[in-house]
Amino acid sequence: MAEMMYWEAIVRAHDEEMANDPMVICMGEDIGVVGGTYKATSGLYDKYGETRVIDTPISENGYTGLGIGASFLGVRPIIEIMSVNFAWLAMDQIFNTAAKVRYMSGGQLQAPVVIRSPGGTAHQLGSQHSARMEKVFMGVAGLRVVTPSSPRQAYGLLKSAVRCNDPVFINEHELMYNMKGEVPDDEYFHPLEGSEVVREGRDVTLFGYNISVHWCLQAAAELSKHHGIEAEVIDLYALSPLDREGIRNSVSKTHRAVIVEEAEPAVGVGAEVMAIINEECFFELDAAPVRVSALHVPIPYNHALEKAALPNANDVVTAVRGIFGV
Amino acid sequence: MNNADKKRVLREMLFARRFEERCYEAYVERNIGGFLHLYPGEEACAFGVLEAAQPGHDYVITSYRDHVHAIKSGSDPRHIMAELFAKETGVSKGRGGSMHLFDLAHRFMGGYALVGGPFPLAAGIAKGIQMQGGDEICICFLGDAANNQGTFHESLNMAALWNLPVLYVCENNLYGIGTRIDRSTAVVDQYQRVAAYNIPSAQEDGQDFDLVHEAATKAVAHVRSGKGPYFLELMTYRYRGHSMSDSNAYRAKTEERMWSGRDPVIILRDRLIEAGDLTLDEYKDMDTAILDEIEDEVIRYATESPEPNIADVEKYVLAENDPWVSGGVH
Repeated sequence: MAEMMYWEAIVRAHDEEMANDPMVICMGEDIGVVGGTYKATSGLYDKYGETRVIDTPISENGYTGLGIGASFLGVRPIIEIMSVNFAWLAMDQIFNTAAKVRYMSGGQLQAPVVIRSPGGTAHQLGSQHSARMEKVFMGVAGLRVVTPSSPRQAYGLLKSAVRCNDPVFINEHELMYNMKGEVPDDEYFHPLEGSEVVREGRDVTLFGYNISVHWCLQAAAELSKHHGIEAEVIDLYALSPLDREGIRNSVSKTHRAVIVEEAEPAVGVGAEVMAIINEECFFELDAAPVRVSALHVPIPYNHALEKAALPNANDVVTAVRGIFGV
Repeated sequence: MNNADKKRVLREMLFARRFEERCYEAYVERNIGGFLHLYPGEEACAFGVLEAAQPGHDYVITSYRDHVHAIKSGSDPRHIMAELFAKETGVSKGRGGSMHLFDLAHRFMGGYALVGGPFPLAAGIAKGIQMQGGDEICICFLGDAANNQGTFHESLNMAALWNLPVLYVCENNLYGIGTRIDRSTAVVDQYQRVAAYNIPSAQEDGQDFDLVHEAATKAVAHVRSGKGPYFLELMTYRYRGHSMSDSNAYRAKTEERMWSGRDPVIILRDRLIEAGDLTLDEYKDMDTAILDEIEDEVIRYATESPEPNIADVEKYVLAENDPWVSGGVH
């Protein structure tokens, strides 16, 4: 197993899928000659040329729609939207066309596009470059939503997403492109559904996804070391559909749940996981589930304010201590 | 095109007219629900353009006013009416409705309800054609009001930039729902707006089949020859409101009378009569036969067809049994 960075894992997935199938293309702003703002497509332009590695104009709704239209004919576009904030501009095509065309055509057409975009907050990027939009995508029928927390997942989820016949939104993270991790040397396809137990524990389940998995792991280590609490950490890499069985199994074991999300709490992953817990295993609970979320504010520019608006590993520790009264 | 062919087109256009009029009745009878946007008055646009192209081979995509484009693409009118009646035998299995007819077998790529939505989809279909290396083109029919969406500019820019085989046909019926074009659009002649993207364009009388056919023949040849996109503006008029829920009170009666006098079916009919290739009696017989066909075959089929099975309500949301969802087959 080789160590590679998150962005390198994404390049490798592109490269293998483009080599495997001449109908796989990638497109987006600055992805070709420049190689991508986060280097996630670097080297591909020289290898596959400008008809398959397409530098698009800054027209998010237009080029996303173009990719969707091409996918009707069997093209497999991997569309990069440079920042998830810009994906708002492409919502018409993603929601009104990609997500609905199979259904409203009675199964005749499909839109097997992959839309990759970094969500999350980085450092002082201000309100319009700090959106966390996974909650928006996961609320729409007809779309799959996955979000990699490691280079291994970034590689394997993209590989499966390209081959899958559904439209898949991959929610990446601006702060994670330089994260290092082990990726299998052999070709690897990560499931697009399910969840992963990344730390086993018996006392409480910490649900995270993408960057918040890492806050959960830090908090679990702290809770074990200083408070004797063994937390189980579940990585919800699939946000739509969510893994009801995985959620039920873990909560039935630990009887306590904390959901950790970088986004605002309203209508979010935490709210949805809580609803699933209620529906699946309410009587297994020994305490009310808790969510650790951002504040319900646009993200401020000032760094101290920005930090105050966002959750972190300490907030997770505090939430768990609150449940146990320690 | 010889007059025997034009006689066939006249019959098809008259069929389309009667089909739409029967939809109106079926809507009033509550056999058709939702929104219903009818095409009478604009027939020469779809028929003139598609007679110049290869329906079933070329890809066609359009807006919510889509019944006639689907018929001319080769869809069975019975399956279209069944769709409007929300039946399992409908072209979209009763899941789409009037605004969302799809018929992949005939390369009719759909009716879409978001104004301007098909612009980039058409460019994408053209990109797919380009990658497959075929000689098809994509023809995108939209109304004039769609040109005020950002997708118009975004798509024309990309289509020109990448030399995509797409023909954009603007059916300019002078109104965006109830707002007259000069009250919503700074440049009223739509073909002039595409000059900004170096795309060749033309404006033609959309009521005269022969003129549309001639202009479209040129446009189709341009696109098929690999020279990139083309924009054809056809000046036309819809004889009914925007949809069934439109009171249609915003248009002057004098204007409506003027356009009624330029009925595309009547223009073609009279030209064939003048040439001695058709008699009025022949035309009346044709009309009677069409009305019978619509009643006895189309409406009957739609009426007698079964509704979708309620248990299938979640079918078609996602692909069925896609192996890659669980990480593929190893």
